[in-house]
Amino acid sequence: MATVKIYLYPVWIRIWHVINALLFLLLIFTGLSLHFSSADFNLLNFQASVGIHNACALIITFNYGVFVIGNLVTKNGKFYRKWRKNLIPKLWKQFVFYAVGIFKKEPHPFPITEKQKFNPLQKVAYVFAMYLGMPLLILSGIALMVPDMIAYKVFNVSGLIFYDVLHIVVGFVLSIFLLIHIYTCTLGDKPGTLFKSMVNGYHEEHE
Amino acid sequence: MKTPTILFSTLLFALTVTLFAQSGDTLKLKHSYFEVNDFVEDNEGCLKCHGEQKYKLEDSNGRIVTREMHHNRFVDRDMYYTSVHKSFSCTDCHSYDLFEYPHPLDAMIEEKLLCMDCHGYDESFAQYHFEDIEVEFQESIHNMDEFSCWSCHDPHSYRAFMRNADDIEEAILYDNQMCLSCHADFSQFMLLTEREEINVVESHEWLPNQIAHFRSIRCIECHTEINDSILIAHKILPKTEAVKNCNECHSRDSRLMHTLYKFQIKEERKAGFANGIILNNAYVIGANQNVVLNWLSFLVFGFTFLVILFHAILRILKLKNK
Repeated sequence: MATVKIYLYPVWIRIWHVINALLFLLLIFTGLSLHFSSADFNLLNFQASVGIHNACALIITFNYGVFVIGNLVTKNGKFYRKWRKNLIPKLWKQFVFYAVGIFKKEPHPFPITEKQKFNPLQKVAYVFAMYLGMPLLILSGIALMVPDMIAYKVFNVSGLIFYDVLHIVVGFVLSIFLLIHIYTCTLGDKPGTLFKSMVNGYHEEHE
Repeated sequence: MKTPTILFSTLLFALTVTLFAQSGDTLKLKHSYFEVNDFVEDNEGCLKCHGEQKYKLEDSNGRIVTREMHHNRFVDRDMYYTSVHKSFSCTDCHSYDLFEYPHPLDAMIEEKLLCMDCHGYDESFAQYHFEDIEVEFQESIHNMDEFSCWSCHDPHSYRAFMRNADDIEEAILYDNQMCLSCHADFSQFMLLTEREEINVVESHEWLPNQIAHFRSIRCIECHTEINDSILIAHKILPKTEAVKNCNECHSRDSRLMHTLYKFQIKEERKAGFANGIILNNAYVIGANQNVVLNWLSFLVFGFTFLVILFHAILRILKLKNK
């Protein structure tokens, strides 16, 4: 069985990805520590959590800027911009593959090529996560970092409550995305194949 | 007429200083003063000088000098007639002898009334627990020479803001101003202590979002010991014992519910938020978790995790059966 290798993940993407992943894990951990802080038990000291959370937030914001600019000036951006026609049936087809086909060893309905790095479900999830979720998370996070400068009321609700609930909800949704993202990365030819791709930059597939 | 009386009257006449409040001609006694006080005109005997920033003295020779009223002796009419003692006559607390000018020395150095002289051990004030407050004050670091209730609670302007707090932010500002009038003004601070000047901003540099904290809570939230029997704790702790553990407030069992919001906790939750009463004024990370969102997130996370686990187990089983 021949192995096809496609160079899909340039160095800058891999560096961006590993920084993003580590920071996101730290942000989840410190965020949970702050949200569920208690006088009796804490995952981490409150002040330390605030410090680490703020520091990671600033770095991940810069890192996000690298991602956006990188996608504007390199070929990687096209994977997020070009959309397949008849998306809904294709999303369903991909879902059915994950739900049923994968257990029957059916071939991937949308195999990875140099032109299509993501299957339809991945693409929708990544676009929403990176171009809707992350900006909302960053903006609400900045608002909470400088609470004296934010609007006193937003939609007739306290500005602090609005931004905090938005931050927590989007942060939670992206955490669920992360959980699913990590699991779907085990769905390659072998459980470790896709993780290996993010290290050496090559997507490998048996023909 | 007895000789001493004649002599005294003559001397008084000779030295009589006719007092004119500088703005006497423009002075307007507001209608609202008369609504709350039956002694407004009597009180003007004092306030024509003590109610003005400057006053004029004229002696029997017609010489007139202008003097500045020391701020500790100044009584703002608007504040007085809206204070807790708004219905009082000056002579309820001060000697009648002070109607004379120059004020007789005996009247000047007579011992001042203190809160407990009127409020202590009186059934009509029992609900305010003044006796407990006195005990707390005696155990407080403020219990030192020259320091009395009046050092913080000016009887001529004090308003019971917290007790009737409609606007808690305004009440917080009012209460903190009491502390800052000495702790942020060294000219006042040095009158009571030998300690070096304090820079409140610098000493609280460890506190994240300092402005938000100063605006949303009172100094005493961290600088007093919790006492559930009185509305406002008065046992001011040494700075080494002040609360510095963020979790004391930033947690479900927030200290703020036993201090700032202790008498308003009936409104336990607001739109699913724990310690919802705080939300009227601020948002405290950790204390104001949304209970509904918490449960929803546990359910969504649990469901996702179970689906992934189920999927993974099926994959493993299929792999084994291959």
